Amino acid sequence: MTLGLGPAEWQNVGLSLRVAFWATLVSLPFAMLAALALARGQFWGREALNIAVHLPLVLPPVVTGYLLLVLFGSQGPLGRAFETVLGLSFAFRWTGAALACGIMAFPLMVRAIRLAVEAVDQGLEEAAATLGAGRIRIFLTVTLPLMLPGVLAGVVLGFAKALGEFGATITFVSNIPGETQTIPTAIYSLLQVPGEEPAALRLIVISIVLAAGALVASELLARRVTKGVRGA
Amino acid sequence: MSVAISLRHSIGDLDLTVDCDLPGGLSAIFGPSGAGKTSILRAVAGLLTPDQGRVQVGDRVLFDSATRVAVPAAARRVGYVFQEPRLFPHLSVDGNLRYGQARAKGRALPLGFDDLVALLGLEGLLNRRPATLSGGEGQRVALGRALLSAPDILLMDEPLSALDTRRKSELLPYFERLRDQVGLPILYVSHDLSEVARLADTVVLLEQGQMRAVGPVAEVVAGGDTAHAISRDVAGGILRVTVAGFDEADQLSEMRIGDQALWLPGRIGAVGDDARLRIDARDVILMRDRPEGISALNVLPVTVLDIQAGPGSGALVRLDHQGQVIVARVTQRSVRVLGLSLGLSLFAVLKSMAVTQDQIGR
Repeated sequence: MTLGLGPAEWQNVGLSLRVAFWATLVSLPFAMLAALALARGQFWGREALNIAVHLPLVLPPVVTGYLLLVLFGSQGPLGRAFETVLGLSFAFRWTGAALACGIMAFPLMVRAIRLAVEAVDQGLEEAAATLGAGRIRIFLTVTLPLMLPGVLAGVVLGFAKALGEFGATITFVSNIPGETQTIPTAIYSLLQVPGEEPAALRLIVISIVLAAGALVASELLARRVTKGVRGA
Repeated sequence: MSVAISLRHSIGDLDLTVDCDLPGGLSAIFGPSGAGKTSILRAVAGLLTPDQGRVQVGDRVLFDSATRVAVPAAARRVGYVFQEPRLFPHLSVDGNLRYGQARAKGRALPLGFDDLVALLGLEGLLNRRPATLSGGEGQRVALGRALLSAPDILLMDEPLSALDTRRKSELLPYFERLRDQVGLPILYVSHDLSEVARLADTVVLLEQGQMRAVGPVAEVVAGGDTAHAISRDVAGGILRVTVAGFDEADQLSEMRIGDQALWLPGRIGAVGDDARLRIDARDVILMRDRPEGISALNVLPVTVLDIQAGPGSGALVRLDHQGQVIVARVTQRSVRVLGLSLGLSLFAVLKSMAVTQDQIGR
């Protein structure tokens, strides 16, 4: 079944899902750390961290994309470091698209998770401490399960954002079919060519279905998890 | 196992100063709200670091600012029952009860899991979620959870204050059993004298962060130099009595202090049981001569220990009965008319029906 999509379009869909998956997966632990630090931490530079986390949300995406190009491009300091240490390059590759999407999704994930952390009753953590649980065990057995609905919400939000990311991606890694051309950039390309509207429309429908599916999935998951957490 | 607590700590504009050496059993920290009672428990548990001080439970020093010892909360082996149950909402009752067990390995539990579940009446609740429990059930689970972590000491912070009167009466017998059967030292914070009188062996009286008195419950509650700190509404004596029988026809229990009989309403314990009665000072009538033709069933010969006038038109008269203290609250006019003076022998009259079930403990 092809749903009327050609191989190139399937490639766009597959690439978008891959990019969004890795973008979400890799930013999740960092987003959780940032959310915990912002919700609970008392340290110098907390406000600076807060601003840094939120910058991608308010900067023009093209600026974020340009900064990524400067830092993570093949000649950029971080780009070279990743290339030498991990053998991982970002420039004009799908990994770069994932990086751009991850950065753009990051603030949304942090905000959702932070709210969940702030909602966890610290009295329960105190109770766990008096029952002999150390900090790591308290986090794993009390804090984490209780903030799980928020983490899930953050993941879905981040995934949906990563699927739809356009500006930073196209600035950083361009629009190369089969390598960096995700659904939004493919739609953009198709709309530039007269007579390709039907193809663009097919991808637009796919976008809507994926986004709606993500929201429904998150709603169902959140309901199950909340049920488990609240015990009602 | 004894508990030594000495603390100096400032919280806002309250200066907390505590220095006491408590024997085992149940020690109540009693005082009005805002006196700093909870801070003492938190300092013992390691949830609050006092400015200065020392906390020792048995032979373990948990905190000592002089030698920079501060055992982390997780390693202190304290069982803490908070005002609200604080059960983990994502775990079942069983999961909550077993939460502390992992760290308790190798230490003897005061009671085994099954025995404790039976003692606290939790058999039917094990598979339930905390959200479906009533307040009283939740607090019983919290108590079981604390005990199953094999603590050296149990800390209870007004565990009944969030419950209505009926639930309180349900829980009190569990606390009594716990005190008598488990043998752990218990620090019990309360601002309710009826709880303290029923449960405590030792009382620490705390007011505005300062310790006003510390001693056996009967001495502290009956006043003397501490009466000022206890609201006049709740002053009274505590009598230790033995159950001698039950009159089926009249539905009265016979209690004895030596060969003195006391009749109280309802069935109380079994013959031979010890019980304690808190006698409200306002329920005691004083008479110079043994009264005849009176409806009150209990007439006790007493001698006057001391008389404190005031405040207002009242006076607090402390009386000795076979070595136990009864307190009577009468008017200053009555003191004058009866010619009360130290050492005078007279009779204290106590209405049976004035003693409610809440005032009778084990």
